[in-house]
Formats: sequence, structure tokens, C-alpha cells
Amino acid sequence: MLTLSINGQPRQFVAPLTVADLVQQLDLLGKRVAIERNGDIVPRSTFAATALAEGDQLEIVVAVGGG
Amino acid sequence: MSDVFTIAGQSFSSRLLVGTGKYKDFAQTREAIEASGADIVTVAIRRVNIGQNPNEPSLLDAVPPSRFTYLPNTAGCYSADDAVRTLRLARELLDGHKLVKLEVLGDSTTLYPNVRETLKAAETLVKDGFDVMVYTSDDPIIAKELEQIGCVAVMPLASLIGSGMGILNPWNLRLIIENAKVPVLVDAGVGTASDAAIAMELGCDGILMNTAIAAAKDPVRMARAMKLAVEAGRESFLAGRMPRKLYSADPSSPVSGLIGAK
Repeated sequence: MLTLSINGQPRQFVAPLTVADLVQQLDLLGKRVAIERNGDIVPRSTFAATALAEGDQLEIVVAVGGG
Repeated sequence: MSDVFTIAGQSFSSRLLVGTGKYKDFAQTREAIEASGADIVTVAIRRVNIGQNPNEPSLLDAVPPSRFTYLPNTAGCYSADDAVRTLRLARELLDGHKLVKLEVLGDSTTLYPNVRETLKAAETLVKDGFDVMVYTSDDPIIAKELEQIGCVAVMPLASLIGSGMGILNPWNLRLIIENAKVPVLVDAGVGTASDAAIAMELGCDGILMNTAIAAAKDPVRMARAMKLAVEAGRESFLAGRMPRKLYSADPSSPVSGLIGAK
């Protein structure tokens, strides 16, 4: 098992896991999101090649209404 | 008569920029933005709601980025670091989009900008290749510093964010406008159409607002009012107002040729 922090919440996943797998498992496929891993942007083009590790801190964001 | 509004080399037809927050629903958001005539709309960047129905309507459907220029903002950030991270995420989210609004807040009661953190974030973002439109206080020295850092537009508050208190210090705005070589936009504080017209008559290049439209009883109608006010204020500024003549009336009708006394 792999414990990740996603948007501040701990969540468990089956290892191994790439960012692309994560997007699919969180039901975010096809949604326009941006992801930061441990403070660095993960470009969309590298989702499939980026393997996640125990304790990774992920921020997954979208655009919402705002001033 | 051509009167082009240019930011970072890009021309826009409307000098009114609007936010996309606080509306009843996406239909009203869309309708109000259409009525405002705005080309540029601000959007916020927030954590995705995990577990949400993936087919839930999103802002991107209501206000498509193909039709409007998105201005991702850092509203809600209280440090330079958070603001920079937020805009890097926004750039990735919007496929390399560079035009952004920087706003670093000082406290949650006044939402007054933290100028020290704003300057720091502006430096990092400009070096990182962003075109930064920056929300700031109405301090002319700070406005100049932000311009010198390389911000593409300086956006002083007219009064506190969401307060609708109007143009509280027109003299400072004038000082900022007269010294600036980049566009100056009033960002925050406009409450009603006359406030927008006053800001434009002072020589502002544009106005950014959200609450004044979204919190009106009829947001779509207010959006139209704001569009007209910004246009009227701009035309009035370009036309050049008559001089004020205090205590010295001047009749509009001929003073001679009046009928005789009975």
C-alpha cells in the first residue's frame, strides 16, 4: 500500500501508482486539472511516466468562479 | 475613433474586466458576463472536490476559455510562496497561459494587500515569464516599484475588496495614473455605475470588478450598467471635461436680446 496526501487528506492506494493511474482512480479523467507534487508542477505530458512514492504530497486543482 | 486597450501586447475591446464568483449559478454567471461585454474574466484556482460527480457542470463550460481571456488570480493567498505556487498551477491548468492576476492579502478582515509579499511574488513571477497584473494598495511609490519590477498592469484598490465603498482616494489614483507607463486599473471597491464612471474619468485604463455586479439585485442589468459606465467614463476622460468655475456662473443662453421691461 501507498499512503499519499491528496489536497491535505491522507489516502491509500495500491502500489505501484503513476500520476496517470491516480487521475483515473480519483475519477478525474477528462477533467481539466493541474497537479503539484511535493511543491513541483507535474506537467500533464508526464503523468504516465511519473511514479508516486510513499508520503508524496499532492495538490490537485481546478479553475472555479472567483474575483 | 480608435481607443485601443492593450495589456502585455494584447488588444482588448472592453475596458471592463469581471470576476466569475458569487453568482447564483453558472447560467447567471454567463448571462452577466455577456451583458458586461468583458473580454477578460478572472478565475480562482482551488483544490478539486474529490468524489464529485465527474459530469458536474464546471466554470469552463459556462465561460469557455476559447471565448474569454482567463485571468487566473491568487485571491485567498497570504504569502508570496502560495501565490507563486497557485499561478504555476494555473499556468499548467491553462496550457501555458501567461497573463495572471497577482493578489497577496494581508488579513482576512480588510483583505488589504500585503505589499511586502506582493513585491516578492511579483519579482519571482516576472522572472518566471508571467505577465503579471498586480492588485495593490493606492500607494503611488509601491505602484511605481511594481511597474519597475516588470508588472504589465498595476491595479490599485479604490476601497476594500467587496465593500462597494467606491472611489475613496481619487487623488492617489490620479498620482498613480499620471506616473505610470503601464495600464492602471481600479481593482476592488466599485459599488455602482457612477463609481466606475468616476474611476474612468480619472484616467484609469480599465476596471476590474466582481461583487458590484454579482451582489446587485439584478446582476445582469448591473453588468450592462457597468459596461455603459466604463464606456461613458472613458469617453468623458478622452473628451476632456470643462473647467470647474467655483462661484462663477456662466449662462448658456445669450445675455443680450432679452425682451424689454413692461
